[in-house]
Amino acid sequence: MTDRSPVVEAGVEHRFGPYGGQYVPETLMPALAELEAAWVAVRDNPGYKAQLGGLLRDFAGRPTPLYLAERLSELAGREIWLKREDLMHTGSHKLNNALGQALLAKRMGKERVIAETGAGQHGVASATACALLNLECVVYMGAEDIRRQAPNVQRMRLLGAEVVSVEAGARTLKEAVSEAIRDWVCTVATTHYIIGSAVGPAPYPALVRDLQRVIGDEARRDLLERAARLPDRVIACVGGGSNSIGIFTPFVSDPGVTLIGVEAAGEGLDSGRHGAPLTVGGRSGVLHGSLSAVLQDADGQVTEAHSISAGLDYPGSGPEHAYLRDSGRARYVAVEDDDAVKAFREVTRLEGIIPALETSHALHYALHEHGDESTLDLVCLSGRGDKDLAEVIAHDG
Amino acid sequence: MGSGHPKTRSKSARDRVPAIRHTGADRIAAAFALRRGRAALMPYVMGGYPDLETSLAIGEAYADGGADLVELGVPYSDPLADGPVIHAAGSAALRAGVTLDGVLQVGEALSRRVPVVLMCYVNLVLARGAEAFAGRLAGAGISGLIVPDLPLHEAGEVRAACDAAAVALVPLVAPTTPDDRLTAIAAEARGFIYVVSVVGTTGERAALGDHVTGLLARVKERSELPVALGFGISTPDQAAAAAAAGADGVIVASRLIRAVSEADDAAAVAGELVAGLAAGLIR
Repeated sequence: MTDRSPVVEAGVEHRFGPYGGQYVPETLMPALAELEAAWVAVRDNPGYKAQLGGLLRDFAGRPTPLYLAERLSELAGREIWLKREDLMHTGSHKLNNALGQALLAKRMGKERVIAETGAGQHGVASATACALLNLECVVYMGAEDIRRQAPNVQRMRLLGAEVVSVEAGARTLKEAVSEAIRDWVCTVATTHYIIGSAVGPAPYPALVRDLQRVIGDEARRDLLERAARLPDRVIACVGGGSNSIGIFTPFVSDPGVTLIGVEAAGEGLDSGRHGAPLTVGGRSGVLHGSLSAVLQDADGQVTEAHSISAGLDYPGSGPEHAYLRDSGRARYVAVEDDDAVKAFREVTRLEGIIPALETSHALHYALHEHGDESTLDLVCLSGRGDKDLAEVIAHDG
Repeated sequence: MGSGHPKTRSKSARDRVPAIRHTGADRIAAAFALRRGRAALMPYVMGGYPDLETSLAIGEAYADGGADLVELGVPYSDPLADGPVIHAAGSAALRAGVTLDGVLQVGEALSRRVPVVLMCYVNLVLARGAEAFAGRLAGAGISGLIVPDLPLHEAGEVRAACDAAAVALVPLVAPTTPDDRLTAIAAEARGFIYVVSVVGTTGERAALGDHVTGLLARVKERSELPVALGFGISTPDQAAAAAAAGADGVIVASRLIRAVSEADDAAAVAGELVAGLAAGLIR
């Protein structure tokens, strides 16, 4: 689009190539400006950094381990290193972002926090951060996701959050984000919206990336120290794309490192029932405030995604991923439900690690696809899979 | 923008249109000007809800009931600015297979009776391409376009396309919009300025807030264009209060869509409600 906003400062990019922007109701525009100003003011502020760093270390358990998975390496015929975000407090990488944004909300004087959640991991992370910081928390979650991720719903309620069931559309992540944005339109003076992925209007994609890049910073440092080399491939799953952008970012300027984002192929890319907008390509579109790869029909109506994993069941994608794809810096592929479940079982039996179904998509790719191009893979093990037991058992009948 | 038209228009095309071709902005301005002394009434109809034919009948009933302009909504999969009533109506229309082309046909028929302003989310505009979209609106005789998720800094390309097609791109302002931003929005406004009366989504409210008079005054200080108030206006008393607060136009949506969803004869009921609102503006 022409007439773009003038802000181009690194860290609060409004556009990644043609992607991104701020396609939201006018009511929210001042709040986005306020958020951007607040983030610029605190991100390099020693007090904020010390507070966040201290909580990430002592409360959340960072740095997370980097683990050489020997039995997976044997199976794959190359070294497989796992970045263990599943060992972080609350069981996934989502707490990196939720803690950073909840602290920001506190500094902005907001007393109420809203969040959306698909698999429930971001909802649990937000509820946890709000319990810690004494903030009111409301989490929007699709009714279908409430059904398939019941343990996380119970965790959120125990943590004091209100979980609002969203009945619109396919009753999954897309509708939960839309409902959270509608809440924010009505409550913007008192409320901060902790968006859970690297999506949404600027400055969210840059803000979430900056809070998640700790994954890649730690992994790159630890791998250099222990393996004395960089990986051939960095592999991570992509729903909206926060764990993937977090682990990719420190490797973007390492030309020898291939970056691979793994989307959900659902029942198969040809079936039309998938969550792989970056992989299938096509016309870009606006969803939830930014221009990026989107599943849509000829009119521009956003279509429903499908994935066995609630966190990848999303028809959109973060705008920076669309840019990394177009520029050729990252590659996007998709793995089907059945293969993800297979990897879920494989990794559980071989390594004694139960990975999230989302992560299992990335693990399947690392173990079984195009391995001859690599001698060392770094995989983001973005979350643990306890929440998925019922879904996996039901899937396998 | 003026009423001028590209001089490249062919002879044959010129023969098919009236000697003076009104631009969308002119037609909107005339609709407001005709109501000098009282506020213009702009009821909302969701295109294709409950079906295309009925939505056209509803729009025509609005015109019969005293509407000065009609706002025609396009159903959308993810309407972020809309509350539950309009969201549900749009979802029902999409489930029934309503397309953009179907809604534009309703707009084309309706615009023969009354100036039509299309309310459409940005992805539908971008999917077709801004130029093609604006050209299609002009071809259908639609006077204006409101895009609720296209704020000022993102609007350049769509505004240029609308200007070229002589369709007025109507901006929205909100109670949260600060003065400097209001000035910038007013400078790029076409047709009229849509003032959102509440910090919130579309939907009925018990009363109009006290802040509305000040908000309308802040907008009118910055623009010669008519200023229409919408979101949360549902009764004749509220419409009258909006006019008394300084609004040049009053937009009513959710109350009418709720009536449509509940009524057996939707067009008749909606027409009666609009007649009541029009009467409220006259007294």
